[in-house]
Amino acid sequence: MAKKTLFDKVWDSHVVKRIPDGPQVVYIDKHLIHEVTSPQAFYGLEARKLPLFRPDRIVATADHNVPTKDQHLPIKEELSRIQVSKLSENCEKFGVELYGLGHPYQGIVHIIGPELGITQPGMTMVCGDSHTSTHGAFGTVAFGIGTSEVEQVMATQCILQTKPKTMRITVDGEMGKGVLAKDLILHIIAEISASGATGYFVEYAGSAIRALSMEARMTVCNMSIEMGARGGMIAPDETTYAYMKGREFAPKGTEWDRYLAYWKTLPTDDGATFDKEMHFDATIMRPMVTYGTNPGMGVAVDAAVPKAADIVGASVSSFDKSLAYMGLKSGESLNGKTIQNVFIGSCTNSRIEDLRLVADFVKGKTKADHVKAYIIPGSKQVEKQAREEGLNIILEAAGFELREPGCSACLGMNEDKIPAGEYCVSTSNRNFEGRQGPGARTILASPLTAAASAIAGKVTDIREWLN
Amino acid sequence: MKKLEKFSSRAIPLPIDDIDTDQIIPARFLKSVTKDGFGDNLFRDWRYDKAGKPVKDFVLNDPKWDGNILVAGKNFGCGSSREHAAWALGDYGFKVVISSFFADIFKNNALNNGILPIQVSDASLHKLFDVLLATPETQLHIDLENQRFSVDGHDDLTATFEINPYKKMCLINGYDDIDFLLSIKEDIEGFEKARLFH
Repeated sequence: MAKKTLFDKVWDSHVVKRIPDGPQVVYIDKHLIHEVTSPQAFYGLEARKLPLFRPDRIVATADHNVPTKDQHLPIKEELSRIQVSKLSENCEKFGVELYGLGHPYQGIVHIIGPELGITQPGMTMVCGDSHTSTHGAFGTVAFGIGTSEVEQVMATQCILQTKPKTMRITVDGEMGKGVLAKDLILHIIAEISASGATGYFVEYAGSAIRALSMEARMTVCNMSIEMGARGGMIAPDETTYAYMKGREFAPKGTEWDRYLAYWKTLPTDDGATFDKEMHFDATIMRPMVTYGTNPGMGVAVDAAVPKAADIVGASVSSFDKSLAYMGLKSGESLNGKTIQNVFIGSCTNSRIEDLRLVADFVKGKTKADHVKAYIIPGSKQVEKQAREEGLNIILEAAGFELREPGCSACLGMNEDKIPAGEYCVSTSNRNFEGRQGPGARTILASPLTAAASAIAGKVTDIREWLN
Repeated sequence: MKKLEKFSSRAIPLPIDDIDTDQIIPARFLKSVTKDGFGDNLFRDWRYDKAGKPVKDFVLNDPKWDGNILVAGKNFGCGSSREHAAWALGDYGFKVVISSFFADIFKNNALNNGILPIQVSDASLHKLFDVLLATPETQLHIDLENQRFSVDGHDDLTATFEINPYKKMCLINGYDDIDFLLSIKEDIEGFEKARLFH
């Protein structure tokens, strides 16, 4: 039998039809929707007088627009309120399960899928959001789509796609103290560039990946899109099964055994070939920060900001424009740079392990007075667990506040925004111009680096704080 | 979807690499529940200053530039999957975007909205920027049927471009994917019946 990759096994088993010289028709097992990229798709269905083809395969939540304080009150901002209520209206009309504001399962769409056991190995999943790649941590073919495609999936449970090429990124070795999954993926993106994996679906493999928890694996897969990849996957293993067992929508009883046997057939066969292979050494990875306006512009926190000439393929004018926006110069180090904001949250780093790491680090310390900090749990369930574990009390004692779940300051679409010209050390995924608010200057980093920077009041090397 | 026919136009150069969808349409303008009106906020934070006044030297505000072809630096449309980026470009009046590299999701979104992404070599892109900067009135000719584009007075820039034959058929006829998928509904139902998992 032909040797196949994890990606090929999952993708090929979902192909309904192949169009000669054209894309393939791929069946979608789960479709996640949110308030921003769904209204026009529902409208399109209505205009065509079509029902939802498989409403039970869709799950909805409100996350991008929601405030992270006083969620029990009506949303103040009118357009946000309209968009969120339009989602409720559409879900009601079309019969879609909605975990909206006030629901105990509400949260960022990529946090709630895994924590509810909706995300499962061997599935195909889509969402009108590029960070759908997060779900690949379970051995799922999961990718972001546009609204026309959301409408396609609503109408037919299928999507027309050209099959991507495959890339394997193998990371071996043990990461040093203070180096997290976020640093690993920022290191890889800095090497590959923000477009280096375009056209590929990535599988992450190697001992460093195997050693990661499920939540850390989600952080890695989440940022696959930041190097242009359509998605990223990690083969399921005992870590995956232990995480999934007992979750609300995970298979139960004899079904669990039947699925488990299937999931164990999914990992890439020995000898299967990829269109591209890359290797990284985890032992040399250091805590990372970004200095520019795309996630490929990252360096180790103790390294200097490079020059355009140091970067293969960089255009000098684009590079210089980026540094000017950030108020930085080639040759300077970010370590010690005064900051005004810290954001800990987003679909990249807002899970319970992230909050535990942050709480554990700030315990007994005090946030710098001039830093405004946002700590945003990824979901109502994460928030509940954090409160049950007393993390909110530890955070408050250190001058932080645990707020309510949502996308928050990751994308400047709700009330949480970073003011123009100010720096924000952020655990989110994008440092684009204006991403966190017009003129905001984003420095992407791990939750530990972000927490330590909030205490120090400046960008800091977390390794100097450990021991 | 509107049909995309053979046409000629001037072009607007934006020689910046890695233009992400947050620049094309910032997140705070994604709150509409319809597809209309996004063109007003296309490249919002480059096009207008903090007070909402047009930034004089930005290409869309400079009367020197006109046309419904955008020529942009490599890795155009990276970042968010927001189709609002394609709606904003289309609503503003762009029918074609030329670059040396496109992000995947953007490319699909553009094609699904009747906007043609044309990929050229890095060298051709830089030459095209030079030509446009020197002579803004230069006419470009787009021929989707023959997958060919040409530039007045610069035969060396004449090139063919790649496009998936299925997508080409959709653009030329103004069809969309849902029409096709609905036509194979029986295949989809058959596929569902034969499944063992999920």
